[in-house]
Amino acid sequence: MDTITTTTGLNYLNNGYGLKSWLLTKDHKRIALLYLWSVTAFFALGGFFALLIRLELLTPAADLVQPETYNKLFTMHGVIMVFFFLIPSIPATLGNFLIPIMVGAKDLAFPRINLLSWYIYILGGLFTIVAAATGGIDTGWTFYVPYSTAASNSHVILAGLGVFITGFSSILTGLNFVVTVHRMRAPGLTWFRLPLFVWSHYATSLIMILGTPVIAITVLLVAVERGLHLGIFDPALGGDPILFQHLFWFYSHPAVYIMILPAMGVISEIVQAFARKNVFGYAFVAFSSLAIAIIGFLVWGHHLFVSGESTYAGLIFSILSFLVAIPSAVKVFNWTATIYKGSVSFESPMLYVFGFIGLFTIGGLTGLFLATMGLDVHVHDTYFVIAHFHYVMVGGAIMGYLGGIHYWWPKITGRMYPEGLAKFAALCVFVGFNLTFFPQFIVGYLGMPRRYAMYPEEFQVYNVLSTAGASVLGVGYLIPIIYLIWSLKNSPLAGPNPWGAKGLEWEIPSPPPTENFAVTPVVTQGTHQYAPSREVGIAH
Amino acid sequence: MPTSGSGDYHPGPVAIQPGGHGDPHAVHHPKLQHHFDDMAQQAEASTLGMWVFLVTEIMFFGGLFMAYIVYRYASPLGFEEASHELNLYLGAINTAVLICSSLTMALAVRAAQTNQSRGTQVGFLLVTMLFGFGFLGIKAYEYWEKFHVGHVPGPYFVWDGQYPHAAEQFYSLYFAMTGLHALHMIVGISIMTYITIMAWRRTYDAEYYTPVEVAGLYWHFVDIVWIFLFPLLYLIGGHY
Amino acid sequence: MSGHVAPKGLYYTIFAALIFGTFLTVVVAKIDLGSFNNIAMLAIACAKASLVVLFFMHVKWSSRLTWVVVCSGVFWLLIMFSLTMSDYMSRGWVPGTWK
Repeated sequence: MDTITTTTGLNYLNNGYGLKSWLLTKDHKRIALLYLWSVTAFFALGGFFALLIRLELLTPAADLVQPETYNKLFTMHGVIMVFFFLIPSIPATLGNFLIPIMVGAKDLAFPRINLLSWYIYILGGLFTIVAAATGGIDTGWTFYVPYSTAASNSHVILAGLGVFITGFSSILTGLNFVVTVHRMRAPGLTWFRLPLFVWSHYATSLIMILGTPVIAITVLLVAVERGLHLGIFDPALGGDPILFQHLFWFYSHPAVYIMILPAMGVISEIVQAFARKNVFGYAFVAFSSLAIAIIGFLVWGHHLFVSGESTYAGLIFSILSFLVAIPSAVKVFNWTATIYKGSVSFESPMLYVFGFIGLFTIGGLTGLFLATMGLDVHVHDTYFVIAHFHYVMVGGAIMGYLGGIHYWWPKITGRMYPEGLAKFAALCVFVGFNLTFFPQFIVGYLGMPRRYAMYPEEFQVYNVLSTAGASVLGVGYLIPIIYLIWSLKNSPLAGPNPWGAKGLEWEIPSPPPTENFAVTPVVTQGTHQYAPSREVGIAH
Repeated sequence: MPTSGSGDYHPGPVAIQPGGHGDPHAVHHPKLQHHFDDMAQQAEASTLGMWVFLVTEIMFFGGLFMAYIVYRYASPLGFEEASHELNLYLGAINTAVLICSSLTMALAVRAAQTNQSRGTQVGFLLVTMLFGFGFLGIKAYEYWEKFHVGHVPGPYFVWDGQYPHAAEQFYSLYFAMTGLHALHMIVGISIMTYITIMAWRRTYDAEYYTPVEVAGLYWHFVDIVWIFLFPLLYLIGGHY
Repeated sequence: MSGHVAPKGLYYTIFAALIFGTFLTVVVAKIDLGSFNNIAMLAIACAKASLVVLFFMHVKWSSRLTWVVVCSGVFWLLIMFSLTMSDYMSRGWVPGTWK
């Protein structure tokens, strides 16, 4: 192994310099970095809108911004965070970087389509930014009709097209992953030897392929309806707004699993590396990813409980929604069982794992509240819902994203990062997050509705807590951005496998060469054979 | 545990070899991309990729079909009345035109598969495109007719039947569905143009015909969408 | 590279069947059969689509994976149709609720 621990020679980072070698690259690793920069920029933009929202809600009156402006702020926060950060975050960066390496391939099946998907993403983003800059949209990120058809300004078409275009980037990424996993696996790398990260991305890709086209046609129809007066959804033109909600949530509920499943894959990798144990019940964790992807398509009607959906349909959707809890719980139990009696160490990626397990459990369990029809009538469109989905999306997806970025940073850049600062940042994120969103469960249960710039004075204490927590959370996000950039030049070299982790990606140099593998690896056992902890003790 | 402390992959001293392949002595087909092992893997990846893309297309059109089902369920009689105003015979002729184009498309793929001359390949492809243009021409005529009699939804919609609202809804869906389909036809013809040029340059033979096959899959899919659009739009008022 | 080469005659046969199907569906549509009209025209359309998929698109000779991909597309479409219609068709079943 000594021959490859020195990172002399070419790797994907120094194999060509200059703008052209990046903007026209077909290397999945460079495209992953293009995505990394762009999703981080969109995250910062979405975070900026969140900052303004929290500042406005510091006081009961609408004093920082007018209610009309506030409507635009939460809409832009939602649109950017959902479509331009959370959905591409892990798949397009870590997934893009790691999946070809994890299956022992030189690249994704369609490298040019991979690059194309980044350009499509950027184009969609530009549309949305132009819509925001030229006057914004105030429909909420859900584009519900008739808000988006009759009651809004005309930038809906621009923002809708932005979402439509970006959808294709998501479709192409998913298509690339599915074909790569089916057709590009190295000899001997059978399905049950694949890393769980690949399984969860495969499941994610299925949702991207089967769900995204439906929202694409839906927002396209809204745009056409506004532009050409075809009566599809607008009640004024004879359309049915509930049909819009059905089609919208057919994608957008599974889209939540596009956000959380890749994070679950990251957690499965990290938990094995820092518990130094094979994951407990590999097949269960692998199949639970597929189960979440499939059952996730059967539950969308729980968003329509109070929209006029029939009671019987609501009943069916309620029961189906409960079913998703089973594969989700399988994962949480299996990670916990993996940690049990492992030789656990507490590096910063592992801290994010602990954060994920706790926060995702709260997010998931409150989801069961919302799937219960009777209770949902009470908390629908309150801050309880806001808290619930932030626990899943931020507490789940962003925890996984940050944990994964830290865990694979040495592989991506060839450098370590300052561990002490990283631990401090992880703590900030955890504390800040809970301080921000836990009070929202309470204030939502007490009846504070979402999407208003003003609220009664008795809710102020919870909102002040929330805003204070958001500041801590913001610091927790800023610190990693600073030290990760700093680490590019100043941190010690990582070597191929700083964590002593298992998997094909840890057997090639850091940063990896352009071709990943000089010769196609032949796999003869599972890629994640961690010895039981006692045997590691003997081997060392 | 092996003493090296890792799995079973040992890259050895030639870890970095840009452009290197698994076996540097093997002779590669000029059309083999560097990240594939052989032509079979490349072909399988491309056809699977196209099939997965077609699944996304099914769901894309599926949203429109969903709208059709919901609104037809809401006003079945209005839809039948509105459908009766479409020209059933033009619709049937267009269906036949598309079926003909599918046949010539299948024969074009077969011509490449069986190493036939570029003249045969290009001939079949050109006839396929010709049928495609024929379809669009008839479609354009039908659109013109609808504009002429005021059956285009919007402020100038005219309907003297019993169900003006349902009829406007039907024509909204008619234009959305056939319009999206026609857009796919135009994309299909553009792809065919590229494939025809490449076939003229003798690119495709029994060794390498995946692009023709993949383009054919797309073409047939667009045909299938029409196979469903035809009865759902033109025929439901047929017995009126 | 290997791929199944179908005989030309088979393509012509499929073509003839598709044209016949189109003719048949127009004839059936001209007769008032009540709700059977819908069943007949959808059955004919499905049969025609299956012929195109199986023969023109070579699925009959393709890997099992291709079958799975095709079937999953249709299956997900049916999920969308059936669950959405479960709402529309059961509206107003509970007395006093909105129809």
